[in-house]
Amino acid sequence: MSAAAETLPAPLRDPAARGRLGALVVAIVVLWPLLALAEFKPWRLLDPGGLQVMANFLAGFLPPSTAPDFLALLAKATVETLAIATAGIALAFVVAVPLAVVATRSLAVSRIGPGPGRAAGPAVRTAARAVLTLLRAIPEVVWALVFVRALGLGPGAGVLALAVTYGGMLDKASTEILESGDTRSARALLEAGSPRVAALFYALVPSTAQELASYTVYRWECAVRASVVMGFVGAGGLGQLMDQSMKMLNGGEASSILLTFLALVIIADALSAVIRRVLA
Amino acid sequence: MSEPAHDVRLVSASLVHPNGHRALRAVSLALGAGERVAVIGPSGAGKTTLVRVLATSLKPSGGGLAIGGVDPWQLGVAALRRLRATIGVVHQSPPIPPRLRVVTAVLAGRLGTWPAWRSLASLFVPRDAAAARTALDRLDLGERVFDRCDRLSGGQLQRVGIARVLCQQANVILADEPVSALDPALADLSVGALVAENETRGATLVASLHAVDLALKWFPRIVGMKDGEIVFDRPTAAVTSAMLHELYATEGRVLPQQGVDVVDRSVRRANVVVLKRPGCQ
Amino acid sequence: MATIARERPCWSCVALAVGVVAAVAASFAYLAVDWKQLFGAESMRLMAKFVAEFFPPDLSPAFLAKATWGALQTFAVAAIGTLLAAVAGGVLALPASGRFGVAAQLASRLALNFLRSVPELVWAALMVIAAGLGPFAGTLALALHTTGVLGRLYAESLENAPRAPEQALRDSGSGRVAAFAYATLPLVVAQGIAYALYRLEMNIRMAAVLGFVGAGGLGQLLYFHLSIFQQPQAATLLIAMFVLVFAVDSLSAFVRGRMLPAHA
Repeated sequence: MSAAAETLPAPLRDPAARGRLGALVVAIVVLWPLLALAEFKPWRLLDPGGLQVMANFLAGFLPPSTAPDFLALLAKATVETLAIATAGIALAFVVAVPLAVVATRSLAVSRIGPGPGRAAGPAVRTAARAVLTLLRAIPEVVWALVFVRALGLGPGAGVLALAVTYGGMLDKASTEILESGDTRSARALLEAGSPRVAALFYALVPSTAQELASYTVYRWECAVRASVVMGFVGAGGLGQLMDQSMKMLNGGEASSILLTFLALVIIADALSAVIRRVLA
Repeated sequence: MSEPAHDVRLVSASLVHPNGHRALRAVSLALGAGERVAVIGPSGAGKTTLVRVLATSLKPSGGGLAIGGVDPWQLGVAALRRLRATIGVVHQSPPIPPRLRVVTAVLAGRLGTWPAWRSLASLFVPRDAAAARTALDRLDLGERVFDRCDRLSGGQLQRVGIARVLCQQANVILADEPVSALDPALADLSVGALVAENETRGATLVASLHAVDLALKWFPRIVGMKDGEIVFDRPTAAVTSAMLHELYATEGRVLPQQGVDVVDRSVRRANVVVLKRPGCQ
Repeated sequence: MATIARERPCWSCVALAVGVVAAVAASFAYLAVDWKQLFGAESMRLMAKFVAEFFPPDLSPAFLAKATWGALQTFAVAAIGTLLAAVAGGVLALPASGRFGVAAQLASRLALNFLRSVPELVWAALMVIAAGLGPFAGTLALALHTTGVLGRLYAESLENAPRAPEQALRDSGSGRVAAFAYATLPLVVAQGIAYALYRLEMNIRMAAVLGFVGAGGLGQLLYFHLSIFQQPQAATLLIAMFVLVFAVDSLSAFVRGRMLPAHA
């Protein structure tokens, strides 16, 4: 045993070494052009002109603006944001859930046995799903921009954008929830010949309503944030106000709005948690 | 390697767990540099706690410890770290991340001596894979050197833990039931490797063992523990079967064995009831 | 056993339902959107005309080249931003998981929560002021926001990781950095990379949108072309966005599926 310690054994080749070094080289080779494309120049942060502008803007952050007429605008914008989020989610719910119910396999009579329209059912379902996936893939801000161009500035664009994208999300979620709920009793009812609506309300709804409601409330919370973001493209609410303040480099107003937004998010979080606890 | 003396001296050490359980009661143990001792006893005797106190992992609630004449708990952070780098601990269940490769797990024994940058570089491409291979070869595990640890069995993982300590080239080796998951032949091989460290490099070795036959075979001095106390501390030749049976009285006076195909070097075992225990727990 | 009907009505649920309906009605009333005008015949006709102008999309080689370049720039912004965030988040996760005491933990958690709460678009608007128009502002914005998200996820991973492996190495004389790297890091790195890739998928969508406030890429092009009502070009850019998102999603799923074979 001591002999092995005396004579140095030949270096052992690590089978993973080549792969790792290769991966490192590839990473560097790919990183370089990416940094160039992203115009990654950290020293620009220290550019004296830019620093001055930023410093002035940040200096204006404190104290946050509390001018009465501005506060009135702020309150109005906050309520508008909440309204956009609530209306948007409601619309999304109204669009998505019936669609999911119609499309869900749990209530699919065609799956139980041969009958008319056997091929049409699954085809319609898949088509509907595909359309909704497409709608969901585009961020809501993009929809908001399109709707603003189509319908003009204002909260309507935000509500519709939420309805489209969150409708897609709610549909996907409700489909999953419906299909993981108590499907056996629903199927039993359908096999006994009961209409789909009855099967829905007597079997699926009790076991899935709570989870669906919980998810909807969680999405409402996200909608509040999204509404602010959409405001930046002209869809009303706090976002639009903040966009205007920042374009005028008014740091005081921007910080007031930011604080209001943070408070709003915290309240929405808390409210959502309370409601979901009540539902549970 | 000129190192300060690595004798181990534990004086009247006690340890009370936060829940009130007295794990050690006034335990005293002294080993000269280069000595080796086996600690045996029934489950719950405090063997693991003793090993952890000697390893400076646990601070005793009472009593004192001196390693190489120095009280580790009085040392500053840097000095304690240097001291710990000379203490190798073999755990019963090696705490090794599953995704780690065997080579890195074994080379981790050297971390006490490597500067930080070298440790990090070795994580990416191991610096001294040959040394890891050598240590693993002594435990009949050499061909698994580049495998991932989560592909190994419990017994193989235990041997990786031992290989790590071999790679560390420690002055004081503390082993807590290092071969509990191994079959008799491999257990014998592994204990033999630890004993070789003691015999060829002069490392002080304290091993707590569940299997009495292994303790009797490999160690010239046996310490028996029960209920947190040392019941006897004798040279192996002076350990009688009556003492052993008394030690294991709570386990039906049955002495645990690693297996029967270990070469029987001791006449005393004629009175011992043989119980095949391939591994603990 | 499957239940067909509920045993007793849930009164708090009913109260909640009533409250929700009232809130929804109030919202619609407050917004006072003239739905009749919005969905009226004239409005629908204009809307249809507007949508029709998106087709066919502009597929001329010159514009396709421009769109591709925009897509690459958007990808670069998302990738670099996510990479920076993974590193910064990892660094902040260490105090946030309690390794350096309670004060550091509270401070770092506060910082991470703040970074996370401010939406990416708001960060982008701020960064445009600091760093000027262009993709660099977008990269910084994504990096700042995602640091908050990843930092919190990483801190949770670190908190849940067992301490025994690292403690064992420290007890054998290893330094703090090496012990962390050899014992705790291997436990969390695979999941950490999965989180980062998941965030990359979300960031690619955000990076496209950040262009709306001047942060370059597909977003800036889209905003420009929509402002001057050039729908065919906008349609091409929307398709490019869709293709880019799909490509990054697939790439991310592929890498996550083949997650690091052996580590160290």
